Amino acid sequence: MSATLLLAQLLNGLQYGVLLFLLAAGLTLVFGIMSFVNLAHGSLYMLGAYAAAIGYGASGSFVLAIVAGMAAALVVGLVLEVSIVSRLYRRDHLDHVLATFGLVMFFNELVRLVWGPQPLFVEVPQVLAGTVDLFGFTYPSYRFAIIVAGLLVAVASHLLIQKTRVGMLIRAGAQNPQLVGALGVNIGLLNAMLFGVGAMLAGLAGAMAGPVLSVQSGMGEPVLITTLVVIVIGGIGSVNGALYAALIVGVVDTLGRVYLPMLIRLVAERSIADAAGPALASMSIYLLMAVVLALRPQGLFPARRG
Amino acid sequence: MISRDFRSTVVAVAVAAALSTTLGAAQAATIGFVAPLSGPQALVGQDQLDGFMLAVEQLGGQLGGQPAKVLKEDDQLKPEVGQQAVRKLIDKDKVDAIVGLSFSNVLMASLPRLAESGVVALATNAGPSPLAGAQCKANIFSLAWQNDGAAESMGKFAQDRGIKRVYLMAPNYQAGKDMLAGFKRFYKGQVVDEVYTQVNQPDYSAELAQLQAAKPDAVFVFYPGGMGINFVKQMSQAGMSGKLPLYSVFTVDGTTLPSLREAAVGTISGAMYDAALDTPDNRKFVAAFEAKYKRTPSLYAATGFDAANLLDVALRKAGGDAKKLPAAVKAAGSEFKSVRGPFRFGKNNMPVQDYYAFETTRDGGKLTTRLIGTPLAAHADPYAAQCTLP
Repeated sequence: MSATLLLAQLLNGLQYGVLLFLLAAGLTLVFGIMSFVNLAHGSLYMLGAYAAAIGYGASGSFVLAIVAGMAAALVVGLVLEVSIVSRLYRRDHLDHVLATFGLVMFFNELVRLVWGPQPLFVEVPQVLAGTVDLFGFTYPSYRFAIIVAGLLVAVASHLLIQKTRVGMLIRAGAQNPQLVGALGVNIGLLNAMLFGVGAMLAGLAGAMAGPVLSVQSGMGEPVLITTLVVIVIGGIGSVNGALYAALIVGVVDTLGRVYLPMLIRLVAERSIADAAGPALASMSIYLLMAVVLALRPQGLFPARRG
Repeated sequence: MISRDFRSTVVAVAVAAALSTTLGAAQAATIGFVAPLSGPQALVGQDQLDGFMLAVEQLGGQLGGQPAKVLKEDDQLKPEVGQQAVRKLIDKDKVDAIVGLSFSNVLMASLPRLAESGVVALATNAGPSPLAGAQCKANIFSLAWQNDGAAESMGKFAQDRGIKRVYLMAPNYQAGKDMLAGFKRFYKGQVVDEVYTQVNQPDYSAELAQLQAAKPDAVFVFYPGGMGINFVKQMSQAGMSGKLPLYSVFTVDGTTLPSLREAAVGTISGAMYDAALDTPDNRKFVAAFEAKYKRTPSLYAATGFDAANLLDVALRKAGGDAKKLPAAVKAAGSEFKSVRGPFRFGKNNMPVQDYYAFETTRDGGKLTTRLIGTPLAAHADPYAAQCTLP
């Protein structure tokens, strides 16, 4: 448990966190402003990963691949918003869940039919293929790039939301959507735009995850569940909350996976520790969510609601 | 009732007579095929099916001299779905044999109905330890492996290579624990650490940092399917491939190699089959499979292919008598030509076969797999002693 190892693990947690943030930002706005539960957010992530993988294979340029991933998710997101999602805003949450769960199954099967069950191969771009020496510890350059890109997006979204007129409308929408509509703002357009931007960020997350993870049908679901945990901890509707919560969840999950089994070994027998350690570690973020919900049901960094 | 019984007896006699003269022209060999054909492991199921159908095609669309009728069922890798499919095949379709039977969890769920029916079942992707031991059944066979076999061979291989300190990793479920136990059964050196990760965990950055810090001589992993792709890719990206030898089972194989490419170079895999096996039978099989499906057959395709060839021999031996089929299958095990090399069934109906070590290497610009050893030859599993079959 040296200091460099801890540093490496913190970086791992940070990298996981920024990836989660890209997903959580869109999801929390859609949930907070339109009160819409979108389980298909993970499918947009998957589509972004596929589009990027194919774009990368066809063009050989990773920048173009990222653009392809974001564009594909944006277009699909907008089409979904106009054709299906916008019809459901006034309905019950259960209808949202039903419809978007259907979309999840639809997209997973669609991807499997078109590209087959074999995961797609995505290479790490040459420039980032190496490793960085971290006090005698090697860390993949590509993961550093993910951290940098994620933090840039976080700064950009912070500026957009805090400093621009659109951002003001978004903040207002998160607090009181009815009143924003009553003041003459085209809330339908705002909704579609938000949904599109959220989808695009999910596509970006998918595109960046491609070289690290296996790009395959169903890759969006596990990460979606963690993302839901993030937005609940952060406070629904709050992008800043999503950022802090994503980083907290990323670090807690990573450190939990590493150190919880070790800690349990100190107090219990090896066989018990081997069984309980990973189980507890996989629960750590849910335990965190339970504690947050018990103490601060509105989340740690809620969008202030009037 | 008497007259009906009498009538059916007459019909049966007539049919039997017709059969003996026309060599089964009136009858078909109906085979049920159960495998995961959708979902994340669909590739594994599809390979088994493609291998099976290739063999049927090579046999002129016949099995045991009768026209073969293959009924496909998708178990979705869900025990309850697989169990229903097996029931349907037995009760409604009255199949002569069931092939495939998916992963261990699905097979175990179908076990009671299969045992009760007496229908021959050929598992091409699983050999769970209960079925190999006390719960062994006369009509249920594994044509693939006893689950521990490949891991045992890697343990033996690491031991033979004189590796002092090994780090073990697997997903936290029964098969993961079995694999590590299998490895340790033959490896006597120091186990630095034994790490269980969440099933279907996509990211291994934290575990890889721990692994790097532990500085073992080698790492042994069991990460099937997408988990393996993620793990091996991320290990390579962390700059550890080439420095830390990676031994694995069911991780780098014909189904994952196309998604791994360069990241797999240098990895060593334990298995009872790989397309790289250089025997005349296997060369023919690989050429035919590649010509038909435009991809290299995996070990799953090989077990499917073997299943059809085994059934062909067994059905011929049984001569249309369903009661004789289980014994015929058992005997056919040592008679049919398996693409993996020497094969027979042990007393618990599990394979007695060679387990090989393969290394993925770069040959010019192309990735190839080569045979680097046979750690366990004619290996029988340790559970056979608990089986009460004769």
